Amino acid sequence: MPILSYREAIRTTLIEEMDRDPTVILLGEEIGLYQGTFRMTADLLERYGPRRVIDTPTSEIGFVGAAIGMAMLGLRPVVEMMTWNFSLVAFDQIVNNAAKIRYFSGGQVDIPLIIRGPNGAGVQLSAQHSQSFEALYAHIPGLHVVAPATPAEAKGLLRTAIRGSDPVIFLEHAALYGSKGEVPDGEFAVPFGAADVVRSGRDVTIVAYSRMLGTALEAAAHLAGEGIEAEVINLRTLRPLDRSTIVESVGRTHRAVVVQEQWRPFGAAAEIVATITEGAFDALDAPIERVTGADVPMPYARNLELMALSNAGDIMRAVARTLYREIPTPNGRSSGGQSDA
Amino acid sequence: MADLQSALSWYRRMVLVRRFEEETERAFRRGKIGGYLHVYSGQEAVAAGFISAMRGDDICFTSYRDHAIALLRGSPPGAVMAELYGKAAGLARGKGGSMHLFDVGRGFYGGYGIVGGHIPLALGAAYALRYQGSDRVCLCFLGDGAMNTGAFHESLNMAGLWGQTGHCPLVLIVENNGYAMGTSVARSSAVTDLASRFTAYAIPSERVDGMDFQTVRLAAERAVADARASGRPTAVEAVTYRFAGHGAADVVQPYRSKEEVEQARRRDPIRLLEGHLRAAGLLDDAAAEAIREEAEQAVLAAVRHSEDSPPPSPEALHADVYGKEA
Amino acid sequence: MPEVIMPKMGDAMTEGKVIRWMKQPGDPVAQGEAIAEIETDKVNVSLEAEWAGVLTEVLVPAGEVAAVGAPIALLARPGEQVVRPPAPTPAKPMAAATDVAPAAALPSAAAKTETPASEGAGPVRASPLARKMAAQHGIPLSAIHGTGPEGRITKGDVEAALAAPSVAASPGGAAVAIPLTRMRQTIARRMTESKQQVPHFYISVTVAMDDALALRRQINDGKSEAERVSINDLTVKAAALALVRFPNINASFADGAVRRLSEVNISIAVALPEGLIVPTLYHCDRKPVWQIAAEARELTERARTGRLRPDDLTGGTFTLSNLGMFDVDTFAAIINPPQAAILAVGTARPQAVVREGSLAVATVMQATLSADHRVTDGVEAAQFLGEVRRLLENPVGLVIERPAG
Repeated sequence: MPILSYREAIRTTLIEEMDRDPTVILLGEEIGLYQGTFRMTADLLERYGPRRVIDTPTSEIGFVGAAIGMAMLGLRPVVEMMTWNFSLVAFDQIVNNAAKIRYFSGGQVDIPLIIRGPNGAGVQLSAQHSQSFEALYAHIPGLHVVAPATPAEAKGLLRTAIRGSDPVIFLEHAALYGSKGEVPDGEFAVPFGAADVVRSGRDVTIVAYSRMLGTALEAAAHLAGEGIEAEVINLRTLRPLDRSTIVESVGRTHRAVVVQEQWRPFGAAAEIVATITEGAFDALDAPIERVTGADVPMPYARNLELMALSNAGDIMRAVARTLYREIPTPNGRSSGGQSDA
Repeated sequence: MADLQSALSWYRRMVLVRRFEEETERAFRRGKIGGYLHVYSGQEAVAAGFISAMRGDDICFTSYRDHAIALLRGSPPGAVMAELYGKAAGLARGKGGSMHLFDVGRGFYGGYGIVGGHIPLALGAAYALRYQGSDRVCLCFLGDGAMNTGAFHESLNMAGLWGQTGHCPLVLIVENNGYAMGTSVARSSAVTDLASRFTAYAIPSERVDGMDFQTVRLAAERAVADARASGRPTAVEAVTYRFAGHGAADVVQPYRSKEEVEQARRRDPIRLLEGHLRAAGLLDDAAAEAIREEAEQAVLAAVRHSEDSPPPSPEALHADVYGKEA
Repeated sequence: MPEVIMPKMGDAMTEGKVIRWMKQPGDPVAQGEAIAEIETDKVNVSLEAEWAGVLTEVLVPAGEVAAVGAPIALLARPGEQVVRPPAPTPAKPMAAATDVAPAAALPSAAAKTETPASEGAGPVRASPLARKMAAQHGIPLSAIHGTGPEGRITKGDVEAALAAPSVAASPGGAAVAIPLTRMRQTIARRMTESKQQVPHFYISVTVAMDDALALRRQINDGKSEAERVSINDLTVKAAALALVRFPNINASFADGAVRRLSEVNISIAVALPEGLIVPTLYHCDRKPVWQIAAEARELTERARTGRLRPDDLTGGTFTLSNLGMFDVDTFAAIINPPQAAILAVGTARPQAVVREGSLAVATVMQATLSADHRVTDGVEAAQFLGEVRRLLENPVGLVIERPAG
């Protein structure tokens, strides 16, 4: 299996799908001549021409709405959102049109639309450019919300998204673009709604997705040194959410820590916690812990920014609380990420 | 003068639309129709004029004042009324209601409830038509109020851009009925010459009397033909008037005077067309009465159909949130 | 207020479950007529109307549990207006109870789980898993030491309790967890408490039963099955008379004090398919043997048919447990708190004995007394047991008038 970066996995999949299906077209800001802000679409304008790789003006309402109209007419547009922070400009198009037209038309149209781009914090991008909006979108019926954590998933989920018939909020993470991993060749696809048990363990279930999966695995490795075997679940898609894998795991481990990068209140973790209490209440031996970002607009100063994000030490401390234990945590840095009640 | 002989059939449909809307207001008062109800009375010449210029495979989008579009594109009155009644036999299976009529089979891609929100959809749809290699055209009806939304400006700018390479066979129809809800054009737009806004985006436009079917139709034919031939967007501002309130619940209308409404009613588009037809000897009292009676029967049949139809099954609640594979 | 309350029908009862209502709102009810069937810790009993009237409202539906003393229905007297009492949530028991109800969710068939509010001194903190595990193993949460935050009982705490010697750990091999019936839960809790809290000591004697058997033959000669006297009846009588002579053993230990009891009421252990039950024979010191026999037969029958009355389960001052019919030679029993002692007797069988220097065959019975060392000591217990033996070996004393003093 070839080793690809997360970025290459996405770009490769775009190329494979565009070669295969002429209805797949790309729209977005700076995706053509500029080669993409994160070089995700490098050389694609040259390869497919301006009819299929459309550089748009800074008009999120316009190009997201246009992509919805294209999808209604049978194209499979893949919109690049330069970052998901800008998607709020197009929120009405996504929520009021993309998510609902199939339903209020009584099922007369498909909306095979993908909106993809980086979600979450970067490095010192400050308050308007560091946000995680998965909960915002996962709240909306009619949308799929996808958050790959590895290059292979990025490829497999993007393929499923492009070949589907519903709008997909495809949340990448800029911090992962350079990460590398084995990526299966060819028609490899990852179905929606199938979480991946990345690491098996008997003592506690850690649920994570996107960038926080790596942090969770780092914590799990340290915990193993303390004799604690954590099971780590990578959600891969938030909507649909693979509730049964989560519940089944907590049914065995009796403890759960849910990790998200976004703000704590009303976040994705809250939904997962509710899912666990609904499905595994009698199995719980401790309150479910959440490890989240700090409940503040992202600050610019690097020390404050690091405090606002959660790290492996925060996850380990949360795990320790579910086990009613004290364990040494390797991360000496004081974290402001919220992981306590 | 455009072909008056064929105008007779559009006269017949405009009479049906008017009578249909009278009945929807009545049903709304009786609680048979829920939610918001926006009737089209007074603006019939605009939709009829443009739809008469559409080819069978052309498509259109509009806002929430959408009953006339469906009826004029040929959707069965019974299915339209059943949708307003929230019945399974409705045009959108009872899931959309008055604001979201939809008949894709007849090229009607929907009524939309967020002002201006459908304009970019029409833009993308026009692009898709041309991308797919067809010469089909997309029409987008919008109100004067929609011209003040960001969606309008973003879409028109992109339409102008895409038109440069012939990828935007889009006809924009501004139905300027004088009011965005209760706010007049003068109170909501810095320039009252609305067509001038198109100039900013290099989109050719003209302003026409929206009460006169023949005038609208001629403009529509020019615009549609131009868009079809060039793949460029064109725009028409049709100056018209809404006889009814913004919505059926809009009983008190402090933003305009009764006299103003009476004045407008003197140029009722249906009576104007009827006058043309009578003058040309294409319509007499008996024929006019027959057309009214035909509309009466069609609307009453639509009401009976809607009353007798079952509501959507409970299974319909969760149907069509996602497509089959989800 | 014409409230029908959940009656306390056993010393340990803190709550009861309404099995079914025999009367519905609007039904007229005669005094003494059964209106509901109640499941208590041990038996199902009919709840009888204390006064005549009309059942106006059912406050605790069938299948639900109410605390002792909580109103469960309204029974209006003729002409009486009914005022609805506050919501009949299971409250703390009215009477000062020395023991607490089982804490965890109680998976008795189709039963609602118990609310933590009946947990005596406030809710016990326990994780959902710990509650479930404790209930499955029949361990009261109150008997588990919680090590979590604010004393929360966790999975580990339940496992520690299971591993502790005072609670039988499940034997090795694959096991099927069987949800405990209410009765088993009560037995589990009370016996655990007894063995953990009461310092037992044991004394055994061998009793020659030939004369007692002979006496029984004489008594039973020509009597019908229903009139016969058993060895157990004679032993009850012997124990009762011995208790009169050793009043310190006819006592209870509770709240750090020994209370000598004025009545001599013997609880007799009756085995039911669901578990052991100990209904009470009152005033055994004053009743003739034939009456004890008749009452014991009736009591056993009521126990086996689930028709014990509340009084049948209270008031015992001493317990006799007899496994003779199962051919058991000897065994030791667990004291039934707050009683101070329990006598366990085995089967009477012929054995070689030495009598006046030579071998003889005698019919002998082993009797083992378990006694609470906080109440009595070895010497007194030995003297008491000796008196029991003396009475059985010289059984005429069982049928003559009660000796003075």
